[in-house]
Amino acid sequence: MGAAVGLPVLLLIVMPWWILIALVVALAGWLAFTRIGQQSWSVTKVGIATIPQRLGSSSVVVVGIAGVVGVLVALLAMGAGFQATLRETGTDDTVIVMRGGAQTELNSVVDHDTAVVVSQAPQVLHNSGGQPIASPELVVVASLPKVSDGLDANVEIRGVGEHAWEVRPNVKMIAGRKFTPGLRELIAGKNAAGRFKGVSVGSTLKLNGQLWSMVGEFDSGDSHNSEVWGDAGVVASTYRRGSSTTSVSMKLIDAGSFEAIKAALTTDPRIKVDVSTTKEYYNKQSENLTQAIRVLGITVGIIMAVGAVFGALNTMYAAVAARAREIATLRAIGFRGVPVIVSVLLETMLLAVLGGALGAGLAWAIFDDYTASTLGNNFSQIIFAFSVTPQLLWSGLKWALAIGFIGGLFPAVRAARLPVTVGLREL
Amino acid sequence: MKYFHLVWAALFRRKTRTLFTLLSVLAAFLLFGLLDSVRTAFANAGGSVAGVDRLVTFSKVSFTMALPKSLLPRIQAVPGVAEVAYANWFGGIYQDPKNFFPNEAVSENFLDLYPEWVLPAEQREAFRHTRSGAVIGASLAKRFNWKIGDKIPLQATIFPQKNGSNTWTFDLVGIFHARDPKLEGQENVLFFNWDHFNEATQFGGGNTVGWYAIKLADVKRGDQVAQAIDALSADSDHESKTQTEQSFTTALISQFADIGLIVGAIMGAVFFTLVLLTGNTMAQAVRERIPELAVLKTIGFSSQSVLTLVLAEAVLLLVLGGAIGMALAGVVVDIVRARIGNTVPLAPLDVSIWLLGLALMVAIGLVVGVLPAVRGMRLRIVDALSGR
Repeated sequence: MGAAVGLPVLLLIVMPWWILIALVVALAGWLAFTRIGQQSWSVTKVGIATIPQRLGSSSVVVVGIAGVVGVLVALLAMGAGFQATLRETGTDDTVIVMRGGAQTELNSVVDHDTAVVVSQAPQVLHNSGGQPIASPELVVVASLPKVSDGLDANVEIRGVGEHAWEVRPNVKMIAGRKFTPGLRELIAGKNAAGRFKGVSVGSTLKLNGQLWSMVGEFDSGDSHNSEVWGDAGVVASTYRRGSSTTSVSMKLIDAGSFEAIKAALTTDPRIKVDVSTTKEYYNKQSENLTQAIRVLGITVGIIMAVGAVFGALNTMYAAVAARAREIATLRAIGFRGVPVIVSVLLETMLLAVLGGALGAGLAWAIFDDYTASTLGNNFSQIIFAFSVTPQLLWSGLKWALAIGFIGGLFPAVRAARLPVTVGLREL
Repeated sequence: MKYFHLVWAALFRRKTRTLFTLLSVLAAFLLFGLLDSVRTAFANAGGSVAGVDRLVTFSKVSFTMALPKSLLPRIQAVPGVAEVAYANWFGGIYQDPKNFFPNEAVSENFLDLYPEWVLPAEQREAFRHTRSGAVIGASLAKRFNWKIGDKIPLQATIFPQKNGSNTWTFDLVGIFHARDPKLEGQENVLFFNWDHFNEATQFGGGNTVGWYAIKLADVKRGDQVAQAIDALSADSDHESKTQTEQSFTTALISQFADIGLIVGAIMGAVFFTLVLLTGNTMAQAVRERIPELAVLKTIGFSSQSVLTLVLAEAVLLLVLGGAIGMALAGVVVDIVRARIGNTVPLAPLDVSIWLLGLALMVAIGLVVGVLPAVRGMRLRIVDALSGR
């Protein structure tokens, strides 16, 4: 029995959308054009028509499943949002160079000489002025109070080189102006602006005892939106870093030259560096947390689903019991078992779809674009928005169908097996 | 209590329905047990148990910046300071970044400030005398199956050695365990000698340390001492920020995620559906039994007693399912902790989690029982017996 139920459920959950659509169409055709299908449909209609009489218990199925789907979709949307933010950061044709073994920019130190050697690699694209498009960058962390609760949070301050804008053409100013190189001026990423005290256009910020003015706000559409940018040289002097930086980001001639530059720089005896594409660097950062959230979401979803299945079973057993006489009458006048089974199953799955849509809809209404933050690899805040994608809504709906299927199957079989004579005597 | 068998019989009048409802309750409280175990694990990491008599001094700019070592004697001289230790975050990785565990270079007296770690005296002595020695928590030892005498190679991410090598090899000389089982979650750590670090590192040692840990002579004077310490470096180019270890960790965890909010939101959804589900069951149960309740009243039960009987039935339903669910959660937590150690933040289900769970069971039982119970209480015998 376990396998008989488990297999269809598993299939239901992993099923791609087009198979399900095909199944629904086939079912509709069967209901409309075959004799037994037509019988099933008329029995189902009677069942659905009696739902208002059992509104309380039917709503248990709907709300129970809405709860499962809502929580599942919301948790997975958190993971999807975080992953999307880091996935969109970086490209295949820009590379980031850090000290060998450093893993993250915060751990890395790249001295001036190394930065010069690195940017002279022949695979680096040159701009119209004939200079290599390379930006030596210094990442430091500032502890700033959040606007929301006043608690200190770590904000990533990125000192960038003059070519940073050419390395990342996706960065657009949306308010104020760019900082002036050489001055203590900062610009805030769209997500950081307004979230931390002193991080908004026009205000001043104290970093390591020195006053900086915030002169602009930028939108990069990716995880750089959680950062605050300034001139690398000025940031370095404030943080007493001399001429060293933490990484060098460079634009390549094309994505295909990555292997060549990686081989050239990692074997150069003068320097000891790691080279990766920025896409790879940021993608890797999302792996652990995304995985953890997935495991959490699915574990919570499964346990809640088990609870909802029993709720649905209760409701449908009660529904079958309440309609025992009517079902027995149908059987007595010649209806077979199949229409009875189909009608109970269809009714449950209809309630389940209703619940799934409600839960997914609520998750979407409340959590789509809900912003949250976590501590990223650089020990600083990465701000991201929950992303309730169509795929997530779809998988929520499939979970609902699976729960409805199990919750309806056993009561349906009981209804079909009920001896007619016993059923007719039921009150 | 003398009516217990009556309540019990009423509860199992419809076996299937009660069983299914119990299983739903069980699932809800299984989830509650697991999630509250996670929440507690994070809360304990905030140092609710230990660390009340300690302050930590980090750079005011951010905890990723170093402080000058010259502060050490000056902090020691601050009145109210019993002892000062210092440490550096090393950030080494073992084989793969996924194997992450904290590893820190600590001053010789560091472990004296942390009496919650129990390290046998001879191992402590060995740690003192072995320059490349390291001590680790029991959970960490279990995770990688390390034994005393093993060599542990760590890849430096921040601090390469002077000779340019990124590999630091430590000799495992001691394994400590937490005095309080609640702290087992923090056993996942490796300490090694700061002097060795200072000697071998290419940079980052010398005149700077990552942070200071301060043991207070008098816990009540924590605020004053913290202010006095921060005054030492005020208006210099390396200002410090001193706070209790507890508030430091709490702030760090809250930066990672608002665990309480996530757990609270999930449990809110779970319990909302649970109330509806069990409420429906109780309403059905009472509806079917109206004539029976009328008989009870006829033979002399007061309206009050009928109310109590129905409420007791609802609470019993919740407590029965909930207790089994939480017991199951306890077993699951124990198995997971035994299997994969402390990489998953799970705290054992202790008395406080159980008490919270029981309070929720009783509260939900009362909420779902109250409407049916009032209905039972108010019924008029004549109407009920005649089926009106």
